[in-house]
Amino acid sequence: MKKRNPHDMDFYDFGPAFPLSRREFLKLMGGGIVILFTVGDPFLLEAQRQRLPDDFNAFLRIGEDGRVSCFTGKIEMGQGVITSLAMMLADELEVPLDSVDMVMGDTDLCPYDMGTWGSMTTRFFGPPLRAAAAEARAVLIELAAEQLQTSPSELRVEAGVVYHTSQKQKKVTYAQLTQGKKIARRLGKEAILEKPTDFTIVGTPVLRRDAVDKVTGKAKYAGDYREPGMLYARILRPPAHGAKRISVDTSGAKKIKGTQVIEDGDLIAVLHEDPELADEALKQIKANFEKPKGGTDDKTIFDHLLKVAPEGEVVSQEGDLTKGEEISQTVVEKTYLDGYVSHASIETHTALAKVEGDKATILASTQSPFGIKQGATSVLGFPDKNIRVITPFVGGGFGGKASGQQAMEAARLAKLSGKPVMVVWTRAEEFFFDTFRPAAVVKIKAGINGSSQIALWDYSVYFAGERGSQHFYDIPHHRTKSHGGGWRGTPGSHPFGTGPWRAPANNTNTFARESHVDALAAAAGIDPLEFRLKNLKDKRMIRVLQTAAEKFGWTAAKIPSGRGCGISLGIDSGTYVAHIAEVEVDKKTGRVEVKRVVCAQDMGLSINPEGAKIQMEGCITMGLGYALKEDVHFKDGEIFDLNFDTYEIPRFSWLPRIETFLIEDRNAAPQGGGEPAVICMGGVISNAIFDATGARMLQLPMTPERILKSLSEK
Amino acid sequence: MNKTIRFKLNGQSKSLTVDRKRMLLWVLRTDFNLTGAKYGCGEGFCGACTVLVNNEAVRSCQFPVEDIDGKEVTTIEGLTKNGNLHPLQEAFVKHDALQCGFCTPGMILNAYSLLLKTPSPTRKDIIDGMEDNLCRCGAHTRIIQAVQAAAEKMKGGTRQ
Ligand code: FES
Ligand code: FES
Repeated sequence: MKKRNPHDMDFYDFGPAFPLSRREFLKLMGGGIVILFTVGDPFLLEAQRQRLPDDFNAFLRIGEDGRVSCFTGKIEMGQGVITSLAMMLADELEVPLDSVDMVMGDTDLCPYDMGTWGSMTTRFFGPPLRAAAAEARAVLIELAAEQLQTSPSELRVEAGVVYHTSQKQKKVTYAQLTQGKKIARRLGKEAILEKPTDFTIVGTPVLRRDAVDKVTGKAKYAGDYREPGMLYARILRPPAHGAKRISVDTSGAKKIKGTQVIEDGDLIAVLHEDPELADEALKQIKANFEKPKGGTDDKTIFDHLLKVAPEGEVVSQEGDLTKGEEISQTVVEKTYLDGYVSHASIETHTALAKVEGDKATILASTQSPFGIKQGATSVLGFPDKNIRVITPFVGGGFGGKASGQQAMEAARLAKLSGKPVMVVWTRAEEFFFDTFRPAAVVKIKAGINGSSQIALWDYSVYFAGERGSQHFYDIPHHRTKSHGGGWRGTPGSHPFGTGPWRAPANNTNTFARESHVDALAAAAGIDPLEFRLKNLKDKRMIRVLQTAAEKFGWTAAKIPSGRGCGISLGIDSGTYVAHIAEVEVDKKTGRVEVKRVVCAQDMGLSINPEGAKIQMEGCITMGLGYALKEDVHFKDGEIFDLNFDTYEIPRFSWLPRIETFLIEDRNAAPQGGGEPAVICMGGVISNAIFDATGARMLQLPMTPERILKSLSEK
Repeated sequence: MNKTIRFKLNGQSKSLTVDRKRMLLWVLRTDFNLTGAKYGCGEGFCGACTVLVNNEAVRSCQFPVEDIDGKEVTTIEGLTKNGNLHPLQEAFVKHDALQCGFCTPGMILNAYSLLLKTPSPTRKDIIDGMEDNLCRCGAHTRIIQAVQAAAEKMKGGTRQ
């Protein structure tokens, strides 16, 4: 086996690359075994009900050096799939984890993928990947049987060596088997997967494979690549969304030596080999804009949303609401509000584009390399096959890097200037063009009967989206409606772009639902843990809740008890979570200190338990932000938060004691893990604040001002 | 105003002629192709661009390059000596103190400078010292653990 540092970059260098067709790719691959899939494979249909190219795609290749390459359109943005996918593959193929190379997010080399979001990587890419690995193992065992002159059933594999079960000296390595061969196999349906109990790698804690590169500065992100003759771009931006350009004078910019000014319709940019001089040149451009008037701001937006909301769609319904109300002894009705939130990845949107003739290569920080390819096809007018998108490490995404605007800008500028162009959004551009998590309203009317059972649940969410809107309690008469579709909203609803944000819709829905369930528990005058258990039938949910309560050391009390403890439950991406938090509220300043968060999570089979716990901690820490501070301030299309001075994200001093617990279920299918633990943070803190003070928080974020206000209204 | 400045960059003597105001971050990333220091905010708020100047953590996006004249600059690329990871780097790997990794070079260099001043930090010292370095992925809990572990290991001064 060729010696290679297992921690070496898993991405190909961005050399003088130009697009190649996937057929050429097969040629290029050289010897070895390649497992492919084609359209119509049942594995795939299950995985991605999406448009697929009609030629072959490869899942994995076992090279003549015995190294295994895994090709996936998924990208690594911190969620750790570079490790967990390699683990699944290594386990199924019976090779050492270190011999697996991940080739990710390269549209020429990897099978089509709709994008990395929705906690779908492990759930949906995992099964076909495992099947491909199982298929490859079967092929290799067949080859070994021929070579060792025995039957496949006599053979076993361990660490890439096929050996005879009773005569151990009879053996051959994968590397030897693949030498001089060129085998392309189509992924068959009959591949026999390993039993979860036979996993040797999956389910055991493994450290990140990309960690060494990331602590040494070797890991490359889009902005770290260089091309000969490359120019940095700075683009003229409007002062507000919806502003119209009246005039522009670029003569000042042209005076800066080495500046290339591009004026192409809506796109006015300066290019310079020195990023600071590009910046300087941009400052020399004089432009007048007419700003829009009479728009909404961060206070009036909620009324606006309710006013423009279309008729809702019923997400789920059972029983009869009138009947529910009749049998209710107490009815509680409240409206919950949630503001716009930014993704605020530390890496801003970045892309490097190179155009040669009618071919383009785009290197981008993106969650959707194939989306960018498609976009670039129409923006550049080049044939689909001539565009290659490569995704290096991505410095955080959280849904914000699903849109590829920066890549389109780089591609256009590269074509217009004839030079490779690097676009790195400034932090201000990042905040301005971020597709924010939408502001939303949730109205709930719910009732309890004489025995503290929820009898009525009438739930309407406006503009958050329906993910997580359905309750999981045992309620005879209920209806859930979603108005305004998904997170992109309806025309005229949001004053700027909105989009998915880590566990989209679910943060808002879970905040509203769990706050309201707590309000019902308070109305019933019973302990919120007992109240939830009384109203739950779902066994998985009961188990996560009981685990969290036990680990927390919950003691029953009527709320508000003054202790400052709260509970929240949720389901996201097939994963169940239960959070319990303890807070301290300073009643004079309204400041909240979150002291402890306990989280129990049931995600089925956990591929990399350590990775899963890291994601849970990340979710809990990130969730403190939208719960307590994060809110985009704006008026008439102008965004006022343009850097981290006014838009505060969680810091070290905010950290509670975080305790995470995984409920292991080796035989259950793996579920999403990158998002679920973020959804409870609004609700759990809100409920803990209520327990501490008796003030019910109806709006996120729960800033000191809002807390003081609700304390005074109590 | 052409001026030649001389400095040490990751242990090597360098000189650079500067003819205008430039920030260290962009000099490192363009002239020296050292891309470990990242652009995160450009205004001193995030710490992704942190490097060491005479062993002191500075925000290179706000640090005029003239000011490194006669000084020693260390970037994340210079922390590894003869292929060996620095105890802080090792601890970050071992404690999984990173996710997307974009804040990581800045976190490590900031911690380096913190541990020089406070070799046996309490948890509170670490929190205070790291407070202004931002991480969006929420790796904070493990970063604190990693810095604590590295401090333990570096006691006795095996390596600075
Ligand atoms: S880039 Fe220098 S502090 Fe953010
Ligand atoms: S690891 Fe992603 S910003 Fe810190």
